[in-house]
Amino acid sequence: MTLPPSIEEQLKELKEMLKLNKAQMEKLRKIAEKQYEKSLIEPGEAVGVVAAQSIGEPGTQLTLRTKLLAGATEMTVTQGLPRLIEIFDARSEPSTPAMTIFLKPSYATSEAKVEEIALRLLEISLEDISKEINVDLLRMRIEIELDPAKMKKFKVKEKDVLKRISEYFKSAKITTGAYKINIKPKEEDMDIKKLYRLRVKLKGLHIAGIKGIKQVLPIKFGNDWIIKTAGSNLKEVLKLPEVDIERTKTNDIFEIWRVLGIEAARNAIIEETLDVLKNQGIEVDVRHIMLVADIMTNDGTIKGIGRYGVSSAKASVLARASFEVPLKHLFSAAVKGEVDELRSVVENVMVNQPVPVGTGMVDLRVKKGDKK
Amino acid sequence: MVNVFLNGRYIGEHKDPASFIEKIKEMRRNGNLPTELNVAYYKEEDSIYILTDKGRARRPLIVVKDGKPLLTKEHIEKLKKNEISWDDLVKQGVIEYLDAEEEENAYIALDEKDLTPEHTHLEISPTIIMGPQANMVPYAQHSLSYRITLGAKMTKQALGLYTANVPIRADTDVSIIHYPQIPIVKTQMYDLLKVEDHPIGQNVVVAIMPFDGYNIQDAIVINKGSIERGLFRATTYRPYKCEELRYPGGQTDIIKIPDKDIKGYRTEHAYRYLEEDGIIVPEAEVGPGDVLVGKVSPPRFLASLEEFRVGTEAQRETSTTLQHAEQGIVESVLISESEEGNKFVKVKVRDERIPELGDKFASRHGQKGVVGLIVPEEDMPFTADGIIPDIIFSPHSIPTRMTVSHLIEVLGGKVGALYGKYVDATAFQSMSEFELRKMLKEAGFREDGSEIMYDGRTGEEIKARIFIGSQYYYRLKHMVANKIHARSRGPVQLLTRQPTEGRAKEGGLRLGEMEKDCLVGHGASLLLKERFDSDKTVLPVCKKCGLVAIYNKYKNKTMCPVCGENAPVTFVEMSYAFKLLLDELKSMGIYPKLKIKPKY
Repeated sequence: MTLPPSIEEQLKELKEMLKLNKAQMEKLRKIAEKQYEKSLIEPGEAVGVVAAQSIGEPGTQLTLRTKLLAGATEMTVTQGLPRLIEIFDARSEPSTPAMTIFLKPSYATSEAKVEEIALRLLEISLEDISKEINVDLLRMRIEIELDPAKMKKFKVKEKDVLKRISEYFKSAKITTGAYKINIKPKEEDMDIKKLYRLRVKLKGLHIAGIKGIKQVLPIKFGNDWIIKTAGSNLKEVLKLPEVDIERTKTNDIFEIWRVLGIEAARNAIIEETLDVLKNQGIEVDVRHIMLVADIMTNDGTIKGIGRYGVSSAKASVLARASFEVPLKHLFSAAVKGEVDELRSVVENVMVNQPVPVGTGMVDLRVKKGDKK
Repeated sequence: MVNVFLNGRYIGEHKDPASFIEKIKEMRRNGNLPTELNVAYYKEEDSIYILTDKGRARRPLIVVKDGKPLLTKEHIEKLKKNEISWDDLVKQGVIEYLDAEEEENAYIALDEKDLTPEHTHLEISPTIIMGPQANMVPYAQHSLSYRITLGAKMTKQALGLYTANVPIRADTDVSIIHYPQIPIVKTQMYDLLKVEDHPIGQNVVVAIMPFDGYNIQDAIVINKGSIERGLFRATTYRPYKCEELRYPGGQTDIIKIPDKDIKGYRTEHAYRYLEEDGIIVPEAEVGPGDVLVGKVSPPRFLASLEEFRVGTEAQRETSTTLQHAEQGIVESVLISESEEGNKFVKVKVRDERIPELGDKFASRHGQKGVVGLIVPEEDMPFTADGIIPDIIFSPHSIPTRMTVSHLIEVLGGKVGALYGKYVDATAFQSMSEFELRKMLKEAGFREDGSEIMYDGRTGEEIKARIFIGSQYYYRLKHMVANKIHARSRGPVQLLTRQPTEGRAKEGGLRLGEMEKDCLVGHGASLLLKERFDSDKTVLPVCKKCGLVAIYNKYKNKTMCPVCGENAPVTFVEMSYAFKLLLDELKSMGIYPKLKIKPKY
C-alpha cells in the first residue's frame, strides 16, 4: 500500500527522532497503513452533500455585515458571508483586492527600508503629486503645478514626470517652468470639451509605482516585514527583485489563475475559504473545501457554484431542469435528443427511485444456470 | 425681507422675522389670537408660515420662559381642587399646542431638570417618548428598549375582556378570559386607557426558581390548584355562517335536514343535533364533522336537470359543518336576513380553554414562555407562611436579557399586595426600588423579597432563599388547542396526489429539500424512497415507444395507443408527479421516451 507523501515524510521524521530499527519501523508502518485505510471514505458516501452541509451550516453563523476596523493597522477587506459568496460565485474581481507581499530577508533590514520599498509599489498618478491641474481657456492649454513636497515624499523627480507626460502626449507642445508644466495640444484638439477631457486623463496619468496598488502598509509580521496593499497586481509585483516570490499572496483568484495557473487557483480558493471561516472562529475540515475547489477548477477554468457555473454543467437533464429555468433546459435537451441516465440524486428523487448513494448503490446480481 | 404665508397663501413681507413671530406667539398666549394658530419660520426658505388649517396633528407642551416653566405648583394645586381646568391653562398660555411645523422651531426639554434658558417648551411628562403599549410596561426605565418593545408587542396578544357585549357579538375567533384582574403594579397609562374596564391579565404569585428542569428554556411551571380555581381560564368563540342563496332560474338553497337519498349525504349521526328547521339546538356539544346547519342546494349544472329525474336526487348536500380539529358547545343561534333578503343563519360555537401544556404566557417585560409542567398543588413549593406560587419562573431567563423591571415588578407586586394598595410603576416617575424595599421590611418581610421555601414533595427546606412576589401575567392568544397537528394517512391533492398542506386540511408535514439532503448524506437511499412514496403509482409503459400505455382491468389486457394491441408493455413504479411531468412535456411537444430495462 502506498501512503501519501506527507505521511511518508512524517514516518521518516519519526524514524530519525526515535531512532527506530527496521523491524520497529515495519511495525509502525503497519499501524500507519491501518489508520490510513480507516480514514478513507467508504464507497457510496455522499461526499458532495456532506461537504455542502458542512460549509452551509456554519455559513449561517457568518456575520453578514463587514466590520470596519477603525484605527486598526489593517486594510478593510471583505470578510464573512459576502466574501464567501464572492469566492464560490467565482466573481472575476474581488470587491476589495488586496495583497500580502513578503520581502526577501536581505532587503527587509529596517523599517525605513521597507517603507521605501512600499512607497515604490504604490501607484502614483499625476494628481497625487500636483497641487493643481487647471485648464487655461485663454491660452487654450492645461497648466499643471507640481507639489515639490509630495514629489519628495513619493520620490518622484520632475524629469521623470516630464518624460512620462511627453511619452503620453507625443503630439502636444510642452513647456516647463519651475515645477510648472504647460501642455498645449495640437491645433485640431483645440476644443474646450476636449481640453477638459484631457485634463481628466492627465489626472489619472500613471507616473510611478505599480498599477492597481492603491494603498500600502508595511507591517512587522513575526520576524518578517510584510507589505499589505489594497489593490492587486501580482504579475508586476512578482517582477520586483525585493519580493519573496514564494510567499507573496493576493486574494484575486482569477489573477492567480492567469499568472500562476489553475492548480495555484485551486489552492487559493481553499486557502481563502479557510481564511474567511477561521476569521469568524469556525472550523471546517479542509477536505470539504478541497472538494468544492476541485469541482470549481477541474476543467482548467474557474467555474462558480451556481446557474452559470457548475450547475449548468450537470449531466442530467432533469437535474438541470429542476434547478433553474426548466423550460430552457427541457427544450434544448429535446432538440439535442438527450438521454437522462438517472445516475445522480435529484433525478432519482423525481422519478421515485432509490438514489444511487449509500445503500442505494449496491445491486444484487444472480448468476443464472450455475446451480449445483 | 421675509415672505409670509397664511395657510400656504402668500400674504406679504416682513423685515424682522424673529420679532414678528415673537409677537404672534405673544398674542396667541394672551388670547388675542386663536390658540389653534401655529407659526413657523423656515430659515432655508427665508419664509414664515402661519397655519390655521384643519386636520393638523398637534400636541400640548408646557411653555418655558427664561428657563422656567410657566406651569407652577399653584396651578397644580388649583387643578387638584378643581378650581381651574385644562382649558383655562391653555387660555392662559401656560400650555400650548404645537403642530409639526412650529415644533421645528421649538427647543423642548424632556425633563424639568434639563431646562436651560434656551429652552422654549417642556414636555408634560417624559413618558411621552413611548407609545400607549410601551407605557403599559411597569418600571420601563429599568429594562432594555428591546425588551420593552417585546413587552408592548405581547400586550397586544394578551387575552382579556376586550368588550362587555361579547354574548351579542359575532367576532371571528376571539377569546375571553374568565376572571380578568386589574394589575396591582400599574402605570398611569392604565388609568388613561381605562384598562380597569377591560383588563388583560391576572395577578399571580411568582417564585423565581428552577423546578426539576421543567422550566428550562423559558418554560413556566403552573400550579394545578390555581388552574382548577379558574386561573387564566378562557373561552374561545367562533361564529359559523350559512345563507340560503338564490340561483338563476328561480331555484334556491333550502335550510333543512337533508333527505337520505341526496347526493353527498353524511351519516345520520352527523345530523343528530338538528331540529326540525334544520338548525342545531343551542348547548349541543359538537365535534369535527358535525353539521351545524343542514342545507341542500340545486344541482350545479343545469344540464343535469334535463335528465328527468324523480324526486330530490339531483340536489346536493351543502351543510355547514365543524371543520377538522374543531370542537365546542353551541352558544347561540341567530336567524336573520342577509342584504339580498335571503334567509341567513349564524351559529356561534364556544369552547372552554383551560391552560394546558404548551400554552403561551408572558409577563409585561417581554418574558414569554410556554407551560412546561402543571404541578398538583400539594407538590408545589411553599413558604413558611404557606404561600404557594401560581407560577414558577426560571431564573435563567433573567441575566442575558437584563429585564430588571421584571424583578422590580415582583417586588412592587408583593408590596402592593401586603399594603392593599396599587403601586405606581410609570416609567421615570415610579416609586424607587429603595422605597419598595423599605416598605417590605416594615411589613415584616426580608427587604430583598426572598423567602425561605419548602419542597412540597419532600417537605424539606430548599437550600437557597427563593425570590417570590406578585406579578401581572398575560395569557397570550397562542394556544396548543389551535395548533396541535399530526397525520399518518389522510387527504391528498387532486392534481398531484401528494398530501394536502396545512392543519385545516389535515395536511402532511413536508419533508423538504434540506431534510432530503440529510437522508442522502447518511446514504439512507431506500428510506428516502419510502418517505417519498406518498404519490407512488404503477403505470403500464410500452417498451417499444416508451410512452405510458393502457391497462384494461376487465379484460386483463394491455395495449399501447401508439404501437397497437400486441405491443410489449411492462409495469413501472414511479411518482405520480413524474407522470405529470411526462404529460406536461408531451403537451409542450416534447417526446419523453422512457427506456425500460429490467433491474436485474
